[in-house]
Amino acid sequence: MSEAAKTPYKPPVNELGPGQTSYTSITDKISGVVFTKHTPIFWFVSFAIGFLLLHGLMIGAPYLLYEGTGIWGLNNPVGWGWAIINFVWWIGIGHAGTLISAVLLLFRQKWRTSINRAAEAMTIFAVLCAAQFPLLHTGRPWLAAYWLLPYPNSMAMWVNFRSPLIWDVFAVTTYLTVSLVFWYVGLVPDFASFRDRAKNRIAQVVYGFLSLGWRGSAFHWERYELASLILAGLSTPLVLSVHSVVSFDFATGIIPGWHTTIFPPYFVAGAIFAGFAMVLTLMIPLRRVYGLYDFITERHLNNMSKVMLASGLIVAYGYFMEIVIAQYSGSIWEMYMMRNRMGGPYGNYYWALILCNIAVPQLLWFRHFRLHPVWLWFICQFINVGMWLERFIIVVTSLHRDYLPSSWDMFHPTIWDAAIYIGTIGLFTILFFLFIRGFPMISIHEIRTLLKTGNHK
Amino acid sequence: MHHEEESPYHGVMAQFDNPDDLVAAAKATYAAGYRKLDAYSPLPVHGLADAIGYKRTRLPWLVFCMGLLGAIAGYSLCYWVSVIDYPMNIGGRPFHSGPSFIPVTFEVTILFSAMTAAFGMLIANGLPQPYHPVFNVENFARASSDLFFLCIEAEDEKFDLDETTRFLQSLNPQEVSHVEN
Repeated sequence: MSEAAKTPYKPPVNELGPGQTSYTSITDKISGVVFTKHTPIFWFVSFAIGFLLLHGLMIGAPYLLYEGTGIWGLNNPVGWGWAIINFVWWIGIGHAGTLISAVLLLFRQKWRTSINRAAEAMTIFAVLCAAQFPLLHTGRPWLAAYWLLPYPNSMAMWVNFRSPLIWDVFAVTTYLTVSLVFWYVGLVPDFASFRDRAKNRIAQVVYGFLSLGWRGSAFHWERYELASLILAGLSTPLVLSVHSVVSFDFATGIIPGWHTTIFPPYFVAGAIFAGFAMVLTLMIPLRRVYGLYDFITERHLNNMSKVMLASGLIVAYGYFMEIVIAQYSGSIWEMYMMRNRMGGPYGNYYWALILCNIAVPQLLWFRHFRLHPVWLWFICQFINVGMWLERFIIVVTSLHRDYLPSSWDMFHPTIWDAAIYIGTIGLFTILFFLFIRGFPMISIHEIRTLLKTGNHK
Repeated sequence: MHHEEESPYHGVMAQFDNPDDLVAAAKATYAAGYRKLDAYSPLPVHGLADAIGYKRTRLPWLVFCMGLLGAIAGYSLCYWVSVIDYPMNIGGRPFHSGPSFIPVTFEVTILFSAMTAAFGMLIANGLPQPYHPVFNVENFARASSDLFFLCIEAEDEKFDLDETTRFLQSLNPQEVSHVEN
């Protein structure tokens, strides 16, 4: 029997590694990522790849506006293709940021401190990427203003408030605004740290502006903490509402496989699942490149893996319930939908989805996989792919064969579907790496609170 | 004890290297009768603001009221558009289809209250404020990193440059400096 097998399992407990012993070392380490003369080659390579991918959007979007949505693989039964799939995929990814920054704050999970800033940045960039799709899907975004926003216009027309698509507009714009403000409020004291550390005049002025003249007054901190708590309390129901509303886009429809009440909770669980996978996808390489082992400890990997495992099991339950309810409904269309989903022309995608989202994440039951960054990173890639497949399955298999067999058709994506999707991945990548380069990617003032009292100097 | 109209000093500032010493000094200063105080720290220190006479903010009430206003605004928008200005028969649903108006009402509630919390906090703190005399203190740049400061302001009735300086020195700070206006 090996030594490891004999020792009882003790979960890693450190929120802060042994290398961080003082306020100075924390400030130095995190601001050092930005105020360095030696930006790692990894940063340039990642940024370059992101910039390359961005061209998919830069070429695809103008061509789409010129030619119309016909350049996509949409056809008559499948009127919603990759655009809605990508939209839901990105929005879902964004949700982990709010979950980490707000929900875990309310639950007093101190370990969230070192990952919340980057996760919130991820939220904002993911929502920006998501927003491209409904806008581009209108084909003529300049007209979409009066389709989507209730403003008094010369045609005296108003939006339809009974439509979930309008709820979506309100949910996503509110989510973006509140996330942005919450993120910025969190950044203010750290910008002040940067302002006071910056050597170069331009950096001093820019960070000075961004810090709003923050000086760390005790009275300010008191109101600041109160406002952060209120914002966390408001963001929590908000994040649950956003993916619920996104699921209403489907659930209020009468298409087989969409018209189901399990969608809101199951979409929210899926969002958490996807979001944590993306946080780990980003943080595992950054941790290595920037040597952030003291901030992103084994405890973080362990806890995030467990959240993924738990939310993944809820998602698995959702898939299972879809099958049960389809049979239980007694509706021939629902039953056919499920048979077609598993064994029809898109059956392979369904089983790939089960592999990615249910089978592979079961490895997270084992401590070895939870604590091993490389294994964990690859498991996250399965989840990233799996969550995209989930939305593909929901959108395409339900639409391509509905009630009337004469209108059935297959959906074949075109190169422009792929180009615009890849383009948003590029947009996300460059935004995220610009953030790493210029902003404190870990919340410095919150990390300082993790130092044990009596441990200063 | 005299109080000049245009004091050349904002106050006197003592420097500490840890939050516990700062809180102890803040309590001692308040107990000595000083009331116009401020303390500066690189991280929120619990009990510090209370030690120097923090009055609870009414921000939560403001957030609640604005949230309520948001709820009314959101629902009224839906109602006015769908019932009064642009009534349309969509799928035979009633013009006043209450449940359909709830998501929008909810989002507007959150939007109004969150904006109030964030901007209300900044306004209550008097931010943005590009200039403040405390930044004239040489070591104050480290208040955003690893140093802790207590400042007795010249506006305090008990303030006397020499005496207040001596008082702060008695609290075992690392350093005491005069804050120029």
